[in-house]
Amino acid sequence: MIVEKIHTENMFLYYSGKMALNNISIQIPEKKVTAFIGPSGCGKSTFLRSLNRMNDLIDGVKIEGKVMIDSVNIYDKNIDVVNLRKKVGMVFQKSNPFAKSIYENIAYGPKINGINNKHQLDEIVETALKNAAIWDEVKDRLGDSALGLSGGQQQRLCIARTLAVNPEIVLMDEPASALDPLSTAKIEELIVQLKEHYTIVIVTHNMQQAARISDNTAFFYLGELIEYDKTRKIFTNPEKKQTEDYITGRFG
Amino acid sequence: MAKKSTKVKSSKSSDSEKKQASLIDITRKKFRLGDYLAEKVIKGVAFLSITIIVLIFFFVFREAFPIFSNSKEIKSTKTEQASQETYGAVTDNNTNGNTQETYGAVTDSASKDGAQETYGEVTDKQEPQEQYGVQTKEPASIEGSDKKYTVSAGSGTDDNRSAIKTLTSKEWVPVSEKPRYGLLALILGTFKITLISMLFAAPIAILAALYTAVFANKKMKEIIKPTIELLAGFPSVVIGFFALMVLASFLQGVFHYETRLNSFVGGIAMGIAAIPIIFTITEDALTAVPKSFYEASLALGASRWQTAFFVILPAATPGIFAAILLGIGRVFGETMIALMATGNAALMDLNPFESVRTLAATIGAEMAEVVFGDTHYNVLFLIGSLLFVFTFVINAIAEFYVKGKLMKRIQGK
Repeated sequence: MIVEKIHTENMFLYYSGKMALNNISIQIPEKKVTAFIGPSGCGKSTFLRSLNRMNDLIDGVKIEGKVMIDSVNIYDKNIDVVNLRKKVGMVFQKSNPFAKSIYENIAYGPKINGINNKHQLDEIVETALKNAAIWDEVKDRLGDSALGLSGGQQQRLCIARTLAVNPEIVLMDEPASALDPLSTAKIEELIVQLKEHYTIVIVTHNMQQAARISDNTAFFYLGELIEYDKTRKIFTNPEKKQTEDYITGRFG
Repeated sequence: MAKKSTKVKSSKSSDSEKKQASLIDITRKKFRLGDYLAEKVIKGVAFLSITIIVLIFFFVFREAFPIFSNSKEIKSTKTEQASQETYGAVTDNNTNGNTQETYGAVTDSASKDGAQETYGEVTDKQEPQEQYGVQTKEPASIEGSDKKYTVSAGSGTDDNRSAIKTLTSKEWVPVSEKPRYGLLALILGTFKITLISMLFAAPIAILAALYTAVFANKKMKEIIKPTIELLAGFPSVVIGFFALMVLASFLQGVFHYETRLNSFVGGIAMGIAAIPIIFTITEDALTAVPKSFYEASLALGASRWQTAFFVILPAATPGIFAAILLGIGRVFGETMIALMATGNAALMDLNPFESVRTLAATIGAEMAEVVFGDTHYNVLFLIGSLLFVFTFVINAIAEFYVKGKLMKRIQGK
C-alpha cells in the first residue's frame, strides 16, 4: 500500500520577486525513491531545498502555497525548523564532511541531539557507517580526518552522517554528479537499499541514473512540473512531448 | 599572428623567406629583460624586509652583548664612544665637549667638570649623592623623573660583573650605587598583563567576530566590521590616556582596590587595543569556512548556535589562533599604554591589582636617560632582545603545537 509522505499544493517560489517555481503540486510516496529530472536552472534543486526549508538561508525567497509533510504544512508559523530538518535530512551535491575525524563527523548529529553516552554513540556511528556501505573501508581509521577520504567515500560518509540522525526523509541533491562511475554505482546501490527504511527524493542530471534507481520520476522545466509518473512510464511512454524530447536528448 | 599564418597557408606558392618570417621561432631562447628585472626587484624587496628584521635583531643583541663579555673591553669602547658622541640634544655650549656627554636634554649650564656626565635632565647644581623619587625644585627641570646620577669613569667594570648576577634577581633598581637589574619582575609583569589583556580581549573579539560572521545580516555586518576595524588604527596614546584618566578611576570605583594604576587597568586598556586585531583576523577566518559546512550542519537539524560553536568555530581554529597570537604580539610590544596605565612599579607579585612594569615600558621609560654604553644601557638592549626572543618562541609554539597536535585533535589525523 502506498502512503503519501510529501504533498505540495499550488506551490510558488520567488527569488526576490522573480518566479522560480510555478504552481507545483505533487505527491511523493513513502519509502520509495522519487527522482527529479530536468535541465539546469529548471527549479528542481530549488524545489528539493524547499522541502526542508534550506531556502530560508537565502535572502529574498518567498514561498506561497502548501508544502505538507505528514499532513503538516512545514511553512506554518509555528513550525520548528530545527526539528523539521532532523526529520528531513539532506545530502548535498558536493560532499561536505566537516573538518573533523570520521567518527566525529557521524557523531555530530546524535551529539547535538543530546546523546553523550560513548557506548551508544559508538553503536550509532557503526550502524550509520554500515548502512552507508562504508564501514569496511573506514573502520580501522575512525580517528583520521574525514577530509583525507576520496570523493566517493566522502559522499557516502555524508550519507552516513545524515542517516545517523535517523531522519524519515532523505533529500539528495545530485549526490553522484561529482563522482566516478564506480563510486556512482556504489551510491546508487546504497540508495536502492535505503528505500526500505527511508523516503528518498533525489535530484539528478543523469537520466540513466533516474531510470535505474527511482520508482517515480518528475520532469521539471522552467520552474514548472511538466510530468510526474511512474519511472517506467516516463521513460518508455511519456505523455508530454517536452518530456519525450528531453529524455531522448532532443533539447536540454 | 593568426592572420599571417592563414595567409601563408592560403598562398602556398609564396617564397620561403616570407614563410619563415611568419612562423614563431621557438628554437632560440629569448632573454626578456623586463620580466627578469621585475622578478629580481620583487625578490630583492622580499629579502630586504627579512634582512632588515634580522639586522635589527643583531643590532639589538650586539648592544646587549657586553653584559656577558669581558669587562675590560667594555670599558675601553665605552670611554672611546663616550668622548665623541652627543645625542639628540640641543646644546648651547659645545665648547668643552671632550669628555662630557649630553643626552636628550636642553642644557643651559655648561659644566666644565670633565669627569662628570650629565644626562636626562637639566641640572643647575651638582650633587655627589644619588637622589631619586623625590621632587626637586629646580625650575629648569623639564622631565618628570628626578634621578640624578653621577658616574665615575671606572665604575663600569664592577657593574658588569655584578650585573649578570643580578639579572635573575627580583629587583629592578638600575639607578643606584649598587644597581640591580633583576628582569624577573619585568618578565612576570609583562606576562601577567598579556594574560589579563587576552582574557579580556580574546572572548570579546571572538564572540563579536562569530556574531558578525555567522549571525549578523548584511546590513549589520557592514556597520559592525568597519567600526571595530576603525579601532585598530586608534593611536595607543589615546587609549592609554583614556585608561589613565577614565578607566582607572572607574574600575577602582567598581572593584575597590588600593593601587589606582595596576596591571588590571593596563591589561584591559591593552585588551581594547588588541580587540580590533583579533576581531578582524578571526572574522576573516570564520567567513572563510565553507558555507557547505554551515548548510550540512543545519541540514542535520543543528540550531544556528550549535552550528556556530561546534562546526564553524573549530573549523576556523588555525585562523583564530593566529589572531590571538597577533593580539599577544601587540600587547607584548605595547609601550605607550603600559607607560601610562600600569603604574610602572616593578613588583614581583601575582596580584592583578598591583602595579606592574612591562619589558617594553622599561625600554620606553629609561632609554632616553641612560648613559651610552653603560651596563644599564646594555641591559635595556638585552630586554629588547628578550622581547624579540619571546615573540619568536610564541610563534614557534603556535607553528609546531597548534598546527601539529592541536589540529589533529580537533580535525582528526
